[in-house]
Formats: sequence, C-alpha cells, structure tokens
Amino acid sequence: MEKYFLKNIDNPDSADVNEYMKVGGYKNLSKALGMQPKEILDEVKKSGLRGRGGAGFPSGMKWSFAVADPKLPKYLLCNADEGEPGTFKDRPILEKNPHLLIEGMAISGYTLGAEYGYVYLRGEYPKAKDILNGAIKQAVEKNFLGDNILGKGVKFHLAVYQGAGAYICGEETALIESIEGKKGQPRNKPPFPVNVGAWAMPTIVNNVETLSNLPLIVEIGGEAYSKIGSKDCPGPKLYCVSGHVEKPGVFELPMGTSLKDIIYKHAGGIKGGKKLKAVIPGGISTPVLPADSIDCAMDFVSMPKAGSMLGSGAVIVMDESVCMVKVTYRALKFFEHESCGKCVPCREGTDWLRKILERIENGQGREGDIELLSDVAGIMYGKTFCPLGDGAAGVVIGMLKHFRNEFEEHIKNAKCIFSC
Amino acid sequence: MFNETVLKEIDEIRAKYPDRKSALLPSLYIAQREFGWLSNDALQCVAKTLNLPEAEVRGTASFYAMFKNRPVGRHLIQLCTNVSCMIFGAEKLVDFIGRKYGVQPNGTSQDGRFSLVIMECIGACGTAPAMLVNTDFYENLSENRIEEILEGYK
Repeated sequence: MEKYFLKNIDNPDSADVNEYMKVGGYKNLSKALGMQPKEILDEVKKSGLRGRGGAGFPSGMKWSFAVADPKLPKYLLCNADEGEPGTFKDRPILEKNPHLLIEGMAISGYTLGAEYGYVYLRGEYPKAKDILNGAIKQAVEKNFLGDNILGKGVKFHLAVYQGAGAYICGEETALIESIEGKKGQPRNKPPFPVNVGAWAMPTIVNNVETLSNLPLIVEIGGEAYSKIGSKDCPGPKLYCVSGHVEKPGVFELPMGTSLKDIIYKHAGGIKGGKKLKAVIPGGISTPVLPADSIDCAMDFVSMPKAGSMLGSGAVIVMDESVCMVKVTYRALKFFEHESCGKCVPCREGTDWLRKILERIENGQGREGDIELLSDVAGIMYGKTFCPLGDGAAGVVIGMLKHFRNEFEEHIKNAKCIFSC
Repeated sequence: MFNETVLKEIDEIRAKYPDRKSALLPSLYIAQREFGWLSNDALQCVAKTLNLPEAEVRGTASFYAMFKNRPVGRHLIQLCTNVSCMIFGAEKLVDFIGRKYGVQPNGTSQDGRFSLVIMECIGACGTAPAMLVNTDFYENLSENRIEEILEGYK
C-alpha cells in the first residue's frame, strides 16, 4: 500500500506547503469545501474511522453528537499531547507532515461548524511547535486557513497551545481544563465535551492521527476507506515499535496487521537474535503479552480478545534479559508521578503499588506482597475518575497474570534475579 | 513588571482565545523565559498581567513539570528513563552524568552549567535512550555520545 501519513517524509522539505502541494496536498480541502458538511459527515460515518488516541471511539458518531448540539461556537481541539510512554507515532506527522494535519483540521472544522481549532501540543516537542507554527503561517498565506478559505466564505483559524509536561492532559477533559489555563485535572462526565467542552461550548477532541485521516476520506470516499485494513476498524495505522528489535521505528500499515508481523516482518525481529520475552502492545498503559500470545491482529476489536488493548499502537518489545518486576516498578513510578491527585483510588493506589514494587525489586519484598498488589490493583480498577488509574492497575494485573513467578522469585531470593 | 514587548506578546496570545485565562500557560512559559525560572516576582508579573489571583497562578504553575519552581543552570538536560529508554540503560546514563558533571536529578551543578531533570517519555522511544538539552533532541545515547554532545553546551 502506498504510504499516506508518511508520504514524502524522506523529502527534507516535506513540511513546506509547496512541497506538500506538489504531492496533492490541499486539493482535498478544496474538494471538501465543494461538498455540504453533512455529506462529509456521512462519508466519515461510512468510513468507520475510529479515534487513534487509544479509546477507538467511532469518530463519525462523536462528531454527529457535536453537530446535533445547536450551541455555537463549537471548538475543534487536536490532541497532540503524545505522552503515552512508548508512543512516537504523531511526531513524524507533526514534524514532517504538518500540513496533512492542518488540512485534516480545516476539513473537520468545516464539517463540524467550528471556526476555531487548537492543537494542544505536548511541551516536550519544542521542534514540532516551531514547525507547526511555521506551517500554520504558510497555510494562512495560501488561504487554506483564515476568514474566507479559498474564497468559499468558510472561516477556520488554527493556533498551537503548548502543554507543560503533564501526561494527564492527554485525557480529553484534562486537556480542556489545561487549555482553559487551569491544572489539568479530568472533569466528571457527563456532560461530555461534545456538549459542554472548552469554554463551556460543544468541543470535539481528536488525536493527530485521527484528524489526519480526513483528507484521505474526502479523497477516496468513506466506502473505499472502509475497505482498508480491519473490517471493524479500518484505515491506515501508524504503529511505533521500540525496545529490543533490529529496526525500531514508526511503521504505516493497514489497521489490523498482526503484532507478530509488526515485530518480525517490519521491525526486523528480536535484536541480536535473542529470545522474545514479552510485548507491551499499545503503550505502557496496556497489559503486557507474553511471547506466545502475539499472534493477534493489532486493532481495537481484536486486542481486547487477546488480553490487552491497541492503545496508541506503541509496541514495546522486551527480550529475555528484561526484568518484569523492574518494568512494572518503572511503569508505576510513572503513573504515581503523573496521577493528577483528584481521585483517591488513583492518587493513593499508584503510590501504594509503587512502594510495594520498589521493595520487591530492591530485595525487601514480604510474604503477602503479591496478594497486596492484586488487592490494591483490584480496588483501583474501574473506580478511578479517568483511565489513568485503570491503566496503572491494568499493568500490575497483567504482569502478575503472566509473570507472577518472577515476583515470587524476587521475594523468595530477597533480590532482583536479573541483577539489575 | 514585564516590558512593553512582552506585554504585547501576551496580548497577542490572549486574542487567540475566548477567555483571558487561557493565556496562563503561555504566559508562564514567557515568564520562565524572561526570569529563568518561576520566582515569586515572575508569578506576580503573570498574575498582574492577566488579572488573575496569584494563588491561582501559583497553583496552576505547580501542577506542570516543565514549569520550574527553582533556578536552573545555563543548560537544562532532560533525560528520559521510562521503559523504552530504561531497557537500554538510561539509568546508568543518569549516574554517568552525575559523576561526570556533578549534577543529580532535580539538581544543578555547582558551576551552574547544567540542571538535570528525569523525564517521563519524550517520544523518542525508537531511538532510545534519548534526552533533550534545552530544546534540542539527542537520541541513541551512550556515555561517549553524551560527553560529545555536552561539550557543545558551555
């Protein structure tokens, strides 16, 4: 399949508007403005596009809730707070193909009746910020953004909002709080952002990769798009592979490519010919899979059946030398640091889990610690305000399910069995 | 107080949002750039400029890891130790930087040259271990690479 998101990225000037236009850029915006917003929305529904941020919610449905709400103004927010550890799939779009995102957002804004869009960009991507700001300036000069886009009387303005190093702001209501100038703590739902979002108005929050699909849907139509990749969640997908593989990187493949193929065919297999031990398939918040469970389709429907989640498509590959207790401990250190502190199960739970894991890893594990980990994770799961707590608990539950013996060995031997 | 140029810059940011409070994060970045870190003076400047209660400005600033509540060195090293970097030995690199440059996590070297912060994933997992020095990305790090890179930051 011809590359879509990563088309032209080997061109060193791929972020320039003229280079983007040379490969057909912005012609789909022009086509979209010749359609009625409702027609585009129907194509998005037909396409079967699902949100690429991790939740996999059908985008057409989300959009129709916002369109149905008569309140104006509506806002379009792009979630570029790519913070899920292991994830670096949006970075090539932001740094190498920013006009694809801008074109996608302009089409989305027109479809939704939103005149203002904001890209909430994580603070750790300073280079992407400069590139994106430069691209927006060029798009304004070419009249792809502004008060009268391509002379069609359509208004859409775009600005970049820089986050400041809080993972939780990738959660859509926390993102909204943050762009309103507050601490990034999630809101209670309902009301959902599509009805009461940023500045109390209907707001659509979509991931970078999701919005970047719009030019393709407009170009080939929802029907043809729905034939790419998995039947239940179609489209091209960016998978990012890190850890012990020969060729780590971002791979654009049809949604539903098998995890095994991603690792062995595309990422070159296990580094140095070592033995595979485990894979975290969708970013650190998704449950680990042992080596014998990777023959599964990487999409939103198949991965839960395989015992994990697609998440952000961030595949972390670990060979036999990796200590699973240490990985779990490091993951929980992360969740404890990033817990926003709003709800008790997450704030206290991540702290407890981290402390217990720390002592097990350091050879001070006690009898009963494994049961205690299970208990605390079980109490957290499904009871936190937002998915951060579920992610933290799920990591521990998954690790204990598949690698319980390593935890037991650590406690029994009173030291890390991997000498790390 | 901020000078005229900075006030104009903040005004332009405010104009992009329906509510002035949205300018808070961008203004904190500006204050950090102007003052080097978010001192009491810096926070007061932001509060006055945006006409927001100082407690609110302080509360928001304290929530975000990238807003600095203490002075930082001339160069800020932000090194990732999350799982993808950890399995390639990022923690050993923290120790190396500590030994070689006399700077511990969340600290500053005595000569004021470097501050070090441990990061939670900087989106460079495929080229781990990775760090940012100020706003520049460096990937595929080793002790030797770090030494070479940091030579460029006096």
